[in-house]
Amino acid sequence: MKLQVTNGRVIDPSQNLDAVTDLFIEDHRIIAIGTAPADFVADEVVDASGQWVLPGLVDLAVSLREPGFSQKGSIASEGRAAVSGGVTTLVCPPNTKPIVDTPAVAGLIQDKADEAGMANVFPIGALTQGLAGEQLSNMVSLTDAGCVALSNHRQPMANTKVLSRALEYAATHDLLVIFHPDEASLSAGGCAHEGLTATLHGLQGIPETAETIALMRDLLLIEKTGVRAHFARLSCAKSVEMIADARASGLDVTCDVALHNLLLTDAVLNQFDGHYHVLPPLRSENDRLTLIEGIKQGVISAICSDHQPHEKMAKIAPFAATEPGMANVEILLPLALRLMDEGDLDLDTLLRCLTVGPASCFGLEAGSLAVGSFADFVLFDSTAAWTWSKDNVRTKGSNSPFLGEELKGRVSATYISGQLVYANPVVNQ
Amino acid sequence: MMRSDPRALQLNDQGQLKHFLTLDGLSKNILTEILDRAESFLSMGEQSVKKVPLLRGKTVVNLFFENSTRTRTTFELAAKRLSADVINLNIETSATSKGESLLDTLKNLEAMQSDMFIVRHSDSGAPHFIAEHCTPNVAIINAGDGRHAHPTQAMLDMLTIRRHKGQFEGLKVAVVGDILHSRVARSQLHALTTLGVEEVRFVGPKTLVPEYFAELGATICHDLRAGLDDVDVIVMLRLQKERMAGALLPSESEFYRLYGLTKESLAWAKPDAIVMHPGPINRGVEIASEVADGEQSVILNQVTNGIAVRMAVLSMAMSGQMQAQQQEGGE
Repeated sequence: MKLQVTNGRVIDPSQNLDAVTDLFIEDHRIIAIGTAPADFVADEVVDASGQWVLPGLVDLAVSLREPGFSQKGSIASEGRAAVSGGVTTLVCPPNTKPIVDTPAVAGLIQDKADEAGMANVFPIGALTQGLAGEQLSNMVSLTDAGCVALSNHRQPMANTKVLSRALEYAATHDLLVIFHPDEASLSAGGCAHEGLTATLHGLQGIPETAETIALMRDLLLIEKTGVRAHFARLSCAKSVEMIADARASGLDVTCDVALHNLLLTDAVLNQFDGHYHVLPPLRSENDRLTLIEGIKQGVISAICSDHQPHEKMAKIAPFAATEPGMANVEILLPLALRLMDEGDLDLDTLLRCLTVGPASCFGLEAGSLAVGSFADFVLFDSTAAWTWSKDNVRTKGSNSPFLGEELKGRVSATYISGQLVYANPVVNQ
Repeated sequence: MMRSDPRALQLNDQGQLKHFLTLDGLSKNILTEILDRAESFLSMGEQSVKKVPLLRGKTVVNLFFENSTRTRTTFELAAKRLSADVINLNIETSATSKGESLLDTLKNLEAMQSDMFIVRHSDSGAPHFIAEHCTPNVAIINAGDGRHAHPTQAMLDMLTIRRHKGQFEGLKVAVVGDILHSRVARSQLHALTTLGVEEVRFVGPKTLVPEYFAELGATICHDLRAGLDDVDVIVMLRLQKERMAGALLPSESEFYRLYGLTKESLAWAKPDAIVMHPGPINRGVEIASEVADGEQSVILNQVTNGIAVRMAVLSMAMSGQMQAQQQEGGE
């Protein structure tokens, strides 16, 4: 199968490319850009005139909810949502039921993902058995079964000694460990950023120190053990400074941020709307701006959706009693582009953090349209105005405060390994 | 999907109360109207026939997810004096499925065609949630939600202050103790600043007085003497025993030593300062018996005023709710 994508504006931060040109695809991979290779005769030509042609997005945090939480979502439903948002590679957390602490569960997730034929799915394995923070998981077996990294997710470790040992063991085998810095004794019971809004509305706060104390401890242990490390979902200004300092002193750590922490602050909580209940919480304007600055400076190299679908009932409760998380994977790109429209980030930086940035944090072969890469790409109509609503929502969880809002820019089609996996029904009538 | 602002949620198109959820965002006019109306009910309490027919034929449900005999009783009395039929429901929440049980409970109560829910709940924002998810023709009255608001308590405090001091302008008010966990203090801050007092001081150790209140207009004092200096009104808050377990305080005795209101510390305030307490009192923990029972104490007046204020709020919200319904029906 030979495919030619013609006349699109190809934007690929991995090779500093932004030009109207053609892509040539054969055997699932990109074999040329611009000029057709000799003897190339396309079986199919995709006219991308007026559209952006982007590398498929790489999302480091998509909860698929399978196995164990079928009321919230499934690998098929959330995979469909992901590709409709242009996400072709996603990483899913280990907090399923059962937890991803055995090769069988890791294998099941990948098998189901293959069967669904949607995005490329990479599970994160549990760092400790049952995420209980006590006994090490079979890290090597999990890695052999396809886990790209290990993490205790947001679950606390029993003590620092267990964490230290887990990191030493992971370092022995050169495994990547994902940290969600959170000092549980400080965040327990909290549901909002400790600050003016939480104080005014009587919501129990989560102080900045819940994140920064854990982050500092983790950085010291990373330095000591030499483990490969990535920090997930930073929310505080101070965390960005700490990571920047650590990197400046030679520690090779990467980090990501959830898109909603770049768009929103705790000011939105004044309506007690549980759709804004996320962990780590939406913080202050200073935090938001410093996170954006961290992206500009290259300290933060990935933006993720932190997609967490829920059944309707999970959000129908007083704020603190709602389950945390919002489900935005299918609008990741138009939502992220608001940061460009607001003048916060330029297009190249933004796309880098959604493609090659996250791919390189996890060492994934994705997020690039360079010759030889898998032909995972997205056709994007950057000018289309549309409303994301109950009528066109694809995730099983429709728990997003953005549902019902008008968005600018829409994914027209998504290809994985040169195969069409999603075509927008409105565009392709 | 965007939900309405709770401050707007409680007003009808004419800007009158149809729910009573928070004092945040309510105008001075509405607060004054509540106080004036409560005054008129107060004089009625002295008559032999204490009932008025303002809520005749209406069903009022006391929906208490958190136990409070005192508050529930004063609401019950207020509703009965307005001639309403009153049902009391005490519902303990299960920690695991609060949301479901709350919504299910609501659906059941809606089916009973009630006209008003008086809600107490341990989660901040629960009455807002109920006002949004409940059938539209029911007026929701907040009888205390989490740490967020206790607007009728704050309004009865305002009535007590006005009856003793005549006006709010120029007054200095000190609120002492566990501000962090206090829905009363939050509602008092909104009321006092809206009604135009000169200064509201929040007094206590840093563990119990979040610095963020300074941004909301309160003066933060960690020293009782500085906090009480020259004040006209002292509000002592109840100190819960759990605060010691939460490592917020070393002991009741040290708290009493530093922040307890005694005859000696009371002398730091103006000679005619009044002493208030939302109750129930911990004698010898936050307040000395001789002060609680002393000449400057108006604690029992607060209780009497509480019934009048609740009658005022219930009748205003019910009439605002009916107006909103008529308007909808007419459209």
